[in-house]
Amino acid sequence: MSIIASTAAQISELAQEYTPAEAKANAGASGAGMAYGLAAIGPGIGIGYLVGQAVQAMARQPESAGQVQTTMFLGIAFTEALALIGFVVFILLKFA
Amino acid sequence: MAAVTDRLVGPSPAAEVALDMVKRGLVVLPFGMAFGALLGGFNGAMSVTYGMFLVLVNLILSAALLAWASKISFAAVASAALGGYAMRLGLIFFAVWIVKDMSWVAMLPLGITLIVTHLGLLIWELRHVSASMAYPGLKPKVSRSSSRPVAAGRR
Repeated sequence: MSIIASTAAQISELAQEYTPAEAKANAGASGAGMAYGLAAIGPGIGIGYLVGQAVQAMARQPESAGQVQTTMFLGIAFTEALALIGFVVFILLKFA
Repeated sequence: MAAVTDRLVGPSPAAEVALDMVKRGLVVLPFGMAFGALLGGFNGAMSVTYGMFLVLVNLILSAALLAWASKISFAAVASAALGGYAMRLGLIFFAVWIVKDMSWVAMLPLGITLIVTHLGLLIWELRHVSASMAYPGLKPKVSRSSSRPVAAGRR
C-alpha cells in the first residue's frame, strides 16, 4: 500500500511540475516512441518466421537455395516496409 | 554418405537483385528530386534525395549481409537476417536523427519518400525476379543479337 501511495504522490508532484502544453508534448513523445517500438515487433516476428522457413527449405533442398534466397530477400524487404511505416509515423510525430 | 550442404555455393542472388534495384533507384532519382522540388522547393528536393539514398543503402546493406552470411552457413543467414533487421532500423533512425535539425530537411517529403521508394522499387523488381533453377536471381533477357537468353547482370 505504501508503494502505491508513494507512486501516486510522485505522479502528482510531476503533474504539478509541467504545464498542460509540456505534459501534452511529453505524452506525444512517449506515444511516438511506443508506436515505433510496437510497429517493429510485428515485422520482427514476420522476418523470424520467414527466415526460419527459408533456412528449412534450403536445408531440405540445397539445389534450390539460390531461388529460395531470392524469395527470402524480397520477403524480408517487404516485411521491413511495415517497420518503415511505423518509423515514418514516429518521425512525423516526434520531429515534424 | 551424401555430402551435407550447409551453405550457398556460387554468387548470391540477393546481391544481384539488390544491385538491380539500386540501378532502378538511380534512374528514378532525378524524377524524385524534381517531384520533391515541385512540392517543397530546394528543401523538398534535398529531403527526397536523402530519403532515396537511405532506402538504397538499406537495400545494399541487407543484400551484402545475406550474401556474406550465406557463404558461412544457413544458420548464419538466419542470424544476419534478424540481426541485420534490427541494426538497419537503428541505422535509419540514426541517419534521420542526425539531420533532423538541419535547415534543408523537410520531414513529410522524407517520410513519404522512405515508404514510396522502398515499396515502389520492390514492386518494380518483382516483375524481373526469376523462379528458375538456372537463373535464381533475375529473369534472363533475350538479347537482340543472338537467340540465346542472357541473364540480367551476368553479361
